Amino acid sequence: MSSLAVNALHKKRKSYTWFYFLFPSIAIMLVFFIYPILLTFFYSFTNLALTGESAKELKFIGLDNYIHMFKDPAVKVSIWNTLIFLFGSAVIGQQVLGFIIALLMKHKKRAFRRVIGTIVLAGWVTPEIVCALCLYSFFGDEGTLNSILAFLGIQEVTWLYTVPMLTIILANIWHGTAFSMLVFQAALDDVPSEIEEAAVVDGASRWQVLSRIIIPYIKDTITTNMMLVTLQTLGVFGLIYAMTGGGPGNSTTTLPIFMYNQAFVNYQLGYGTAISLLLLVIGIVLSLFYVRSMK
Amino acid sequence: MNAKQRKVIYRIMPYTILTLIGICFILPLLWVLVASIDSNAMQSLNLPHRLTEANYVDVIRNHGNQRAFLIGLIMSGGQAILVVILGLLAAYPLSRYQLKYKKSFMLTILFMTSLPITAVMVPVYQLFLSIKLYDNIFGVILFYVASSMPYGIWMLKNFMDSVPSDLEEAAWVDGASVFVGIRKVVAPLMIPGICTVAIFTFSGSWGNFFVPYILLQRPENFPASLKLYQFFGQYGMVDYGKLAAFSVLYAIPSVVMYILSQQFMSKGFGLQGGTKG
Repeated sequence: MSSLAVNALHKKRKSYTWFYFLFPSIAIMLVFFIYPILLTFFYSFTNLALTGESAKELKFIGLDNYIHMFKDPAVKVSIWNTLIFLFGSAVIGQQVLGFIIALLMKHKKRAFRRVIGTIVLAGWVTPEIVCALCLYSFFGDEGTLNSILAFLGIQEVTWLYTVPMLTIILANIWHGTAFSMLVFQAALDDVPSEIEEAAVVDGASRWQVLSRIIIPYIKDTITTNMMLVTLQTLGVFGLIYAMTGGGPGNSTTTLPIFMYNQAFVNYQLGYGTAISLLLLVIGIVLSLFYVRSMK
Repeated sequence: MNAKQRKVIYRIMPYTILTLIGICFILPLLWVLVASIDSNAMQSLNLPHRLTEANYVDVIRNHGNQRAFLIGLIMSGGQAILVVILGLLAAYPLSRYQLKYKKSFMLTILFMTSLPITAVMVPVYQLFLSIKLYDNIFGVILFYVASSMPYGIWMLKNFMDSVPSDLEEAAWVDGASVFVGIRKVVAPLMIPGICTVAIFTFSGSWGNFFVPYILLQRPENFPASLKLYQFFGQYGMVDYGKLAAFSVLYAIPSVVMYILSQQFMSKGFGLQGGTKG
């Protein structure tokens, strides 16, 4: 059969089929994904609640939720907590640690790379509730860390009460570092070794090779990875919720936990939605940058 | 310090640092493994008092736990199958046809893959209440499918781009419909890609806690992740051994999925041979 005939078949088929092929997935995304995003905008201007007077009648209350939000000191605390959590565990923790591991592993013995790589990956593969449990018991009053301190004759610490933010940051580093490690391993393998060698011949120090050659070379990878890791960390709920429940007090209440408490503990869905919109907007901005970086 | 000592330190230092990092990473994990076979497990990592399989036997024998694992498998498995089928269908025109808004559609899809699901859960809850899908396992599956559809479409479209269209055209000439072409020619050539998507969607929802926590209410509907959390809250302080055994059993599918995904990814795509000769 000639290619003309094949072209005719192409034409005949594409005229109507593409719509049927795309329809089911677009429909399911519209109903269960895009519509809820639009609802987020809509509900955040209402008094939607699960119980009480306002549960019976949905009313538009304009910017009241937002005015409430900016006046609510608990919101400021959770925004601050979210920022600390994001910077500590994602931007700095996972990225820097992941980069250091990837860098140090380069050119090391294969068996050694495998062992360390597998250990770090194990934290990543483990489901978040199991991670929460493992680190909860690690930092617990009678947990592994305190046993080690006692063995060394150092005063024990009630980690989950004294430094709760640090424990959830370390937990998230434990859970997420492998992703950055894999990304940076792939990126470092792409750095041509001739350039590095040439720099060494010219008398560059290790630090100069790193800061003047390697880091500029993988700059784009760092940006993309930073956005992906931040986006993943922004939505972390189960890990924190199972480890500290947002406490003690509200010392580890990040925006997702705060949103959950407002919507499902205090039954103020409208207010909870206004808070989730804040999360969504941060997510949308970061995602737009991510898409731009991928273009 | 002379140059020689310096060189030795530079050689040893990376190994020392990496070993220390490795120890920090392995300690919490070691605890859950050891506690699960310890007859009298404590919060701290200890040598087991007595090795026992009783923790595992108790967890596996419990009907509630069996049910939770089964529900988890149904949810994640159902989601993975639906994402692959719908994703293949959507990927086909995106890969094969010249469509007007294809580029912007794909960018929107990429954009959606990175949005935090956590942020839409409150409206999803409200939506599920009003369309009577709240506390319904299939409702959760539908939401899972919708939320991983962008990832599925993005990946499958890219995998499909690498399948040459000549083979499919040959099938059409022999009288096959577009559908049959996908099922008999395109899909079999994309098995590694299909498996990668299925594995990643499966393990994503298997490990997910927040979505079922918001969308389900009755304990008999709980998948393994919620059951573990419930277990943690109720008996966590008392029975570390069983808790650890449950955790290990619950983590096994995630680990297996990860190992499988490595197999598929390292194999790559040996498709070039298909059109030769």
